[in-house]
Amino acid sequence: MKFVITKGKLAFAGLALALSGAASAAGGHALPYSYVADVDNLPSVQRGAKVFMGYCSGCHSMKYLRYGRIGQDLQIPEDLLKANLMFTSDKPGDVIQASMHKDSAAKWFGQAPPDLTLETRARGESWVYSYLKSFYVDPTRPVGVNNLVLPGASMPHVLWELQGWQAKAAEGEHHAEGGHGKHSPFTSVEPGTLSSDEYDKLVGDLVNFMAYAAEPGRSARQSLGIKAIAYLLVLLAFAYLLKKEYWRDVH
Amino acid sequence: MAIVPNPHKTTGFLGWIDDRFPLTKLWKDHLSEYYAPKNFNFWYYFGSLALLVMVNQLITGIWLAMHYKPDAKLAFDSVEYIMRDVPWGAILRYMHSTGASAFFLVVYLHMFRGLIYGSHKKPRELIWIFGCLIYLVLMAEGFAGYVLPWGQMSYWGANVIFNLFGTIPVIGPDLVIWIQGDYIPSDATLSRLFSLHVVFLPFALVGLVVAHLIALHEVGSNNPDGVEIKKFKDPVTHVPLDGIGFHPYYTVKDIVGVTVFLIFFVAVICFAPDGGGYLLEKPNFQEANPLVTPEHIAPAWYFGAYYAMLRATPSMFSSALPGVIVMFGAVLMLFFLPWLDKNPIKSIRYKGMLTKVATMVFAADFVMLNYLGLQPPTGLGTALSQIGTIYYFAFFFGLTVFHKFEKSKPVPERVTS
Repeated sequence: MKFVITKGKLAFAGLALALSGAASAAGGHALPYSYVADVDNLPSVQRGAKVFMGYCSGCHSMKYLRYGRIGQDLQIPEDLLKANLMFTSDKPGDVIQASMHKDSAAKWFGQAPPDLTLETRARGESWVYSYLKSFYVDPTRPVGVNNLVLPGASMPHVLWELQGWQAKAAEGEHHAEGGHGKHSPFTSVEPGTLSSDEYDKLVGDLVNFMAYAAEPGRSARQSLGIKAIAYLLVLLAFAYLLKKEYWRDVH
Repeated sequence: MAIVPNPHKTTGFLGWIDDRFPLTKLWKDHLSEYYAPKNFNFWYYFGSLALLVMVNQLITGIWLAMHYKPDAKLAFDSVEYIMRDVPWGAILRYMHSTGASAFFLVVYLHMFRGLIYGSHKKPRELIWIFGCLIYLVLMAEGFAGYVLPWGQMSYWGANVIFNLFGTIPVIGPDLVIWIQGDYIPSDATLSRLFSLHVVFLPFALVGLVVAHLIALHEVGSNNPDGVEIKKFKDPVTHVPLDGIGFHPYYTVKDIVGVTVFLIFFVAVICFAPDGGGYLLEKPNFQEANPLVTPEHIAPAWYFGAYYAMLRATPSMFSSALPGVIVMFGAVLMLFFLPWLDKNPIKSIRYKGMLTKVATMVFAADFVMLNYLGLQPPTGLGTALSQIGTIYYFAFFFGLTVFHKFEKSKPVPERVTS
């Protein structure tokens, strides 16, 4: 059953991807990278939760997500949850509040950092993934960096220690990246503590967590769907035989 | 004619009820002895499916309304509360949001069935008129429901729709304020749309559906051959020779149709509830903000064709009024179909090539307009929308004369199986 569910989910994920691909092609925005979140990869979502709480939650809230729900869904016992993820509250029923006050944030950055609970659904998973990989050095900006996906973003490159610094490649000068044969629109200026592949994996973990946070019920609805359709297929067989039996006397 | 109590002479407990309430009579008149033509095909599933989807909307809607807050400050949060904290809330919400799209889809297919088999023609004009009114109420219901989550697309979609009324000369601007209850869509607007969405419009919808069915059962169902089965009846039983009892024959057949429909319905609910951004739009995952306009405001997919017509019509005296007239005219046009269609033959099976081709092009035209209405405006898109809009209206007027320029096939006396 587990195998069937995984297979089915993959098939439908492919369908959803095709649909979203069509939609984004229609939207006309070319993103430098594409990414499909995997909310069923529990270790990855757990790592992503840790990255979010460590690097993002200082400024960004997740006002619809409760710590207790994270613990329950990601199978994290309460003591580990409190030690590793809960820095500003000790009540599992609380939602994730940013440590920074909204008013000061607005004063420091020009605008308050947005709540991120629904970000992957509002912008798309590929958008968030691309955004986190697209900070580049730009001395004309107040914080010294700009973003290819969101030009003029007021957010500094919070993950710079991990990724290092990169500059925008000049027109026509694209560099192969990570041996995937994909061309990057950036050139590395200063390496970070993580390799390029490790950084991609970390961003992937983070987007997986954000996709989970945007819709905690996603995994449950997918496995429900497999069971419901399996039931309906059995019902269809009986319904068809019933119809055939009744219609035998219609000529 | 006086009402005869208990005409079927039942006895016992059922007899006690039938002496006081026409239970057996209703059952026989509308189900077991409602004789439907035996040659219904694929297209005839969509009427019962529309009923199924309506019940789905009513039931899921009742439970959603228990948790939703019609307040501009709380609405968006309450939807997320339903999605996260209400047991089965996410499934309820997806059933309702997907159900809205499914409702329009099955209704469009149901209307197309009527068009190709001549179900709007004499003596079924009133069934068609009730159907058009159902469609109109459904559009209002869909629009009101679209606004309730109070996301960015809800808000700006509402803004566009309300401003259509602003194009009416003289009274327009005041009318918009009166409808919205404010200068911009606001809490007052949200509250009244909620009231209409959960009380008035569902009431009107159910009432019209009942009228639609009463009118249908009065004259009997049409069929893919477009012939009247009541012409040939069994001399003894007076049952139409080509008729079969709706129950059990079509009830068991519709169970098959319902099951196939539910497989697709569940697949969307469980695996693609966003529908790639067409069922739940991305901007609607951001709370309504009167200060930030989304870069591209698109209507719900089921209004795409009308939006395309609105945009395709050139403004006059710097007013979009002509576009608004064209848009509403396109819906009103449907009401006149029974009298515009002058072809004496009902079913497309026996009509000539011209009508067949024109009808298929009309269907393709409607799909194309729907698609174009959802895309950002382009030069080519506008040109295609203009051609599509002209064709949409030309088709209806063409129906008055098509049959004079084509060779029809002989219509059989009885249904072909």
